[in-house]
Amino acid sequence: MLGRLSFADIPVDVPILVGTFLGVAIVGITVLGLITYYGKWGYLWKEWFTSVDHKRLAIMYVVVGLLALVRGFADAIMMRTQLALAYAGNPGYLPPHHYDQIFSAHGTIMIFFMAMVIMTALFNLIVPLQIGARDVAFPFLNNLSFWMTTVAFALINVSLFIGEFSQCGWLAYPPLSEAQFSPGVGVDYYIMAVQISGVGTLLTGVNFFVTIVKMRAPGMTWMKLPVFCWTALCACVLIMVAFPVLTVAVALLGLDRYFGMHFFTNDGGGNQMLYLDLIWAWGHPEVYILIIPAFGVFSEVVPTFSEKPLFGYATMVYATCAIMVLSFLVWVHHFFTMGAGADVNAFFGIMTMIISIPTGVKLFNWMFTMYKGRVEFHATMYWAIGFMITFSIGGMTGVMMAIPAADFVLHNSLFLIAHFHNVIIGGVYFGYVCGLNFWAPKALGFKFNEAWGKRAFWFWFVGFYFAFMPLYVLGFDGMTRRLNHYDNPNWYPWLLVAEFGAVLILFGIVCQVTQIYVSIRDRNLPENIDVTGDPWNARSLEWSTSSPPPPYNFAIIPHIHELDAFMHDKENGIDTRHAGGPYEPIHMPKNTAAGFFVGAFSFVFGFAMIWYIWWLAAIGLVGVFATVIARSANHDVDYYIPAEEVARIENEHSRKLMAQAAE
Amino acid sequence: MSTDHSAHSESGHGGAGAYAIGFGLAVVLTIASFMVVMGHSLSPSATLMAISVLAAIQVVVHLIFFLHMNTTAEAKWNNNVFLFTLMFVAIFIVGTLFIMDNTAAHMMSR
Repeated sequence: MLGRLSFADIPVDVPILVGTFLGVAIVGITVLGLITYYGKWGYLWKEWFTSVDHKRLAIMYVVVGLLALVRGFADAIMMRTQLALAYAGNPGYLPPHHYDQIFSAHGTIMIFFMAMVIMTALFNLIVPLQIGARDVAFPFLNNLSFWMTTVAFALINVSLFIGEFSQCGWLAYPPLSEAQFSPGVGVDYYIMAVQISGVGTLLTGVNFFVTIVKMRAPGMTWMKLPVFCWTALCACVLIMVAFPVLTVAVALLGLDRYFGMHFFTNDGGGNQMLYLDLIWAWGHPEVYILIIPAFGVFSEVVPTFSEKPLFGYATMVYATCAIMVLSFLVWVHHFFTMGAGADVNAFFGIMTMIISIPTGVKLFNWMFTMYKGRVEFHATMYWAIGFMITFSIGGMTGVMMAIPAADFVLHNSLFLIAHFHNVIIGGVYFGYVCGLNFWAPKALGFKFNEAWGKRAFWFWFVGFYFAFMPLYVLGFDGMTRRLNHYDNPNWYPWLLVAEFGAVLILFGIVCQVTQIYVSIRDRNLPENIDVTGDPWNARSLEWSTSSPPPPYNFAIIPHIHELDAFMHDKENGIDTRHAGGPYEPIHMPKNTAAGFFVGAFSFVFGFAMIWYIWWLAAIGLVGVFATVIARSANHDVDYYIPAEEVARIENEHSRKLMAQAAE
Repeated sequence: MSTDHSAHSESGHGGAGAYAIGFGLAVVLTIASFMVVMGHSLSPSATLMAISVLAAIQVVVHLIFFLHMNTTAEAKWNNNVFLFTLMFVAIFIVGTLFIMDNTAAHMMSR
């Protein structure tokens, strides 16, 4: 009846997990209780969970991403603490079985549910506003993507308390991840979570690609498209091409595990090397999916706070597109040591080094944008400058590892760990935090507290160097990744330094949480509230509407004359908003619960598949299809906002603008 | 109705007749593949070649009859995207063959 699920699968004998469960339960019951006490369930359901408004989905994505950040970071600091203790006979406090789950969960969560989710949040928040559109091309799919991603994240967290998670690293290499060597449910949790969130990501890629191609405001030709939208477009292309490869690779692994097939097994004609080839044919484009939008964020922030147009817009666009294509030609550098000959390794090594050229172009573009600009050292600029320094170092160690001969020494050592955290934290994470600080007033209507933002930056920046520079040294000294304990006295002091760095980063996260709290508390102070919708005197269209924007974004779709459309209008005295009308009724999509139910049924399906509860899996699958069919047959999916209502909202905003100007 | 939404203005969707022809061709090609494999009439390498060719034709049938690829001006984006996809698929397939063949030769895994 319950497949292989039994009470023995609940880890009551692991004190860390019991403590975590109690903590999560107390916080969860408190939050749910407060929502019930204030009677907010109906509001949450009607205005948020079923919303197809890209701005609201963006905020929900940020919430999920921050939860994933906390979970992923908890895993990280537990690993660092284990390695600071487990020296010379001391086993530390995490037995290998638990430790292996933690490093697998850390990588999976940070990439799929922290980085990808916050990236999607930024797409949702900014892309439609920047191109002068009223929503994305497929608003329902947008809501569905959110729920698929969210239930997959929930599924991974269920593995904490029911059963176990994968112990095979974040990419679940066979043959270790095959049923022969990992008979438990851990890898099945991994497979289901990755596949369900993969649906959400793929739909996001299609959605935003179509949005950018088809829904740009009149006059916005390709070379007038803001750089962030260019980077979003390129990331969507990468998603559409690369994610199906991941789906296939993980599905084949699933066939091996569920049906006893032999794609990647040791015996029966399987070839585990093919899995490495497939997973990295996705995996390398994936890291560019993450970093390219971060490049886009900096390309918006640096010009705004240097009070200059972006230096070399066209080269930025071409560099982005070049990186997009080249990122498909380098995947072997993740497995140079697999045994391919010099032909293969030399080709992919050289392609990898070539990628650093367009990336270098971008760095110089940002620096020339700052050169002779009036640089304002706002908190977002701290993240941007910290990124330029840190990412350059990470890029250079990457070029070192692109030399196949050097890679044979460094492969799977802590040098590699240091390198990719150097580019993921110093590039992706700094970029996304920069973007969240920059666009927070647009999403929420008030600015984020700057003092706490700068404190968070300094802790993260300094903490990063303390946490990861020692890993470069340790890698050279022969320490491999994923070690549970060790007895080399040379390594011990460096691992203590790394632990210190992790604690500094913890303070950085505490500062960020405090920043959000303080910002919400002080949201109505005159220096924080964003009345005009343009708090930074910025350049692109999203700043021409109110903050937060009305549901329809633009009462009258703006006409684009120039790159940096809003700045052009401001300088030439053109009213981008066309205040005063005449307004027309605006066609809008209705909210829908279908996305939520498809997500919920997918969760049921995934959980049942993991535990071999076949009848429940059938219910989940039928539920998914039934919901999709019911939604497809529903033609009552849209409504009109009457012109009078539009006029009322717009006039209210105009009145506030004039009151602000009169002060 | 959502049909007047600006993202849904693509025209040129075939009628039921086109779908029926496509479905018929797809069924014929699928049955032919099974017959080639289950009939054991060809040598193993010739069988592989035959089902590969049938699969490639199947892809073209799907593209024309189900995904409405054609040469009209409105389909320019469709065709560009398709060429782009072809390029990436070629990179993946040629690259994988190159890598796996080279690895097999060096690791004697064949």
